[in-house]
Amino acid sequence: MPALLEIRDLSIRFGGIAALSDVSFDIEEGHVAGLIGPNGAGKTTCFNCITRLYQPTSGRLAFAGDDLLRHAPHELAGKRIARTFQNVALFDRLSTLDNVMVGYHVRYARGAARLRSDDGGRRAALEALDYLGLGEHANRPVRSLPFGTRKMVELARALVARPRLLLLDEPASGLTTAEVAALADVVKRIAADYSATIVMVEHHMQLVMNVCDHVIVLASGRKIADGPPEAVQRDKGVIEAYLGTA
Amino acid sequence: MSGMRVNKYWSVAVLALLVLVLPRFVPSYAAFELTFVGAYAIGILGLVILTGTNGQISLGHGAFFGIGGYAVAILAQKLGVPFWASVPLAAIVSGILGLGLGLVALRLEGVYLALATFALAVATPSTLKHFKSLTGGSQGLAVPSLSPPGPLHGVITSEQWLYYVTWVIAGALFLLTSIALGGRLGRALRAIRDNEVAAISFGVNPQRYKTFAFGWSAAYAGIAGAIVAIATGFVSPDTYTVALSLALVTGAVLGGIDTLWGALLGGVIVEFLPLLVQKINPAAPSVVYGIALVLFMIFLPGGIARSIQAVIHPLRLRREIHHARS
Ligand SMILES: Nc1ncnc2c1ncn2[C@@H]1O[C@H](COP(=O)(O)OP(=O)(O)O)[C@@H](O)[C@H]1O
Ligand SMILES: [Mg+2]
Repeated sequence: MPALLEIRDLSIRFGGIAALSDVSFDIEEGHVAGLIGPNGAGKTTCFNCITRLYQPTSGRLAFAGDDLLRHAPHELAGKRIARTFQNVALFDRLSTLDNVMVGYHVRYARGAARLRSDDGGRRAALEALDYLGLGEHANRPVRSLPFGTRKMVELARALVARPRLLLLDEPASGLTTAEVAALADVVKRIAADYSATIVMVEHHMQLVMNVCDHVIVLASGRKIADGPPEAVQRDKGVIEAYLGTA
Repeated sequence: MSGMRVNKYWSVAVLALLVLVLPRFVPSYAAFELTFVGAYAIGILGLVILTGTNGQISLGHGAFFGIGGYAVAILAQKLGVPFWASVPLAAIVSGILGLGLGLVALRLEGVYLALATFALAVATPSTLKHFKSLTGGSQGLAVPSLSPPGPLHGVITSEQWLYYVTWVIAGALFLLTSIALGGRLGRALRAIRDNEVAAISFGVNPQRYKTFAFGWSAAYAGIAGAIVAIATGFVSPDTYTVALSLALVTGAVLGGIDTLWGALLGGVIVEFLPLLVQKINPAAPSVVYGIALVLFMIFLPGGIARSIQAVIHPLRLRREIHHARS
């Protein structure tokens, strides 16, 4: 069985900067993987390549055997790839409920039913909000919510899309200690309840070591380690990259 | 949900009744003015879709008014096409041209889109004058008036008939728009407005929706222009100046650019504000216009309709969600 997500020799340059250089790794279906590395390592860029917001300079990306580079960015939700954003990308003038309902966009039945009948989307969105304990916020304008709650609303929106692959970009940043502890639980539950494969960019090492089956480490656009969390944690190169022995 | 629906139905029913009986109680020139209100409301409804819902600016929708107006004039005069066929055709022609402009708009953002559409508004009168054989040059073209059907002959005037036809069209378009914007389509348009990257990531194709919004709103402007042309009895290039485009945007902003009620209020504003402004300061009406616009942007950025709704809305939404859950 090939891996759910196969990344091969992925490279992308911005002007003079090589944000990613020949990065290759696999994500197995059902895994929770951690993508870690110092700031500017290329983690978000990697997500942006997978979701086609960035066009790689070279390399291959395959999702369930399907060549992602042949698809436009808006087609990926339909392939059941969903994500959250490092800097929270919500629809600021919509209610929390409407924000989450956008996640249902690709799930509406085809044909005339699309014009009206919002019940399916509404139900799914309320379900996802309740699942994450955000039900009480449904009718609030999303921009009125605190940062940590907004991050969770993004997660709810992604869940409504029923992702097979869920990409989380620094879900713990800006969260309180209590919220981070709860997040570890939530990620594990999502993996089980939604049978989603998860890739998580995260700086919070305790969280990564706690929930991830597999960790990939990037530094300056290159992969420097890839393996089970315990092994990666002991890796010399990784320790150097983090302690900055330069 | 039923509570909210009932409320909504009531306000619509009251409005429909008002529209029905109003010509009986107001002088005939007022019914004539209300026809214009209906037409402008349809045009501004297009801006509510395009600007309020989808976040694309157009300072050139007067051009589509012109296209709609000239389409009925040319169809009637040169081909004898009756009203019931020429108004939909006017909508189709301006809708298609709107799609074209929408494709151009995909490459422009913010100020550049505003400038490009403004240029369109500036170029409209001279373009209309240029194609003399089709448009009658600066003289323009006459548009036959709409006489009431057989059984109503002598019962109502042709002004009153046009008034009713206009408001039936307006009612149908408001209903259609309300349904379409209330669901998946409207949410996708708003999502693009608020955060295009996030919208794309959840499967919304921005090119398709943005182009469609332009065509859709231009079709409404075309219908509005067609009605205005029939009401006025002629079309001429100087009707479709920059001033018309700006009046539509002003009406949309003052009425409330992201609500349907705002479009209705906007129609009232476009028709009656110039008269009011004339009274306040006949010497420099545009100064009063400008000040009104600036004051609204500062104090009531959501327009009149949103300010009223700000009071009613939270209660309603809460009830709606309660119902959806149970
Ligand atoms: N759109 C862009 N334009 C130019 N440079 C970019 C862009 N996106 C990312 N970069 C650069 O690529 C490198 C990796 O960034 P990023 O992927 O955001 O790192 P991180 O691992 O912290 O998420 C950085 O040097 C960043 O400045
Ligand atoms: Mg990042």
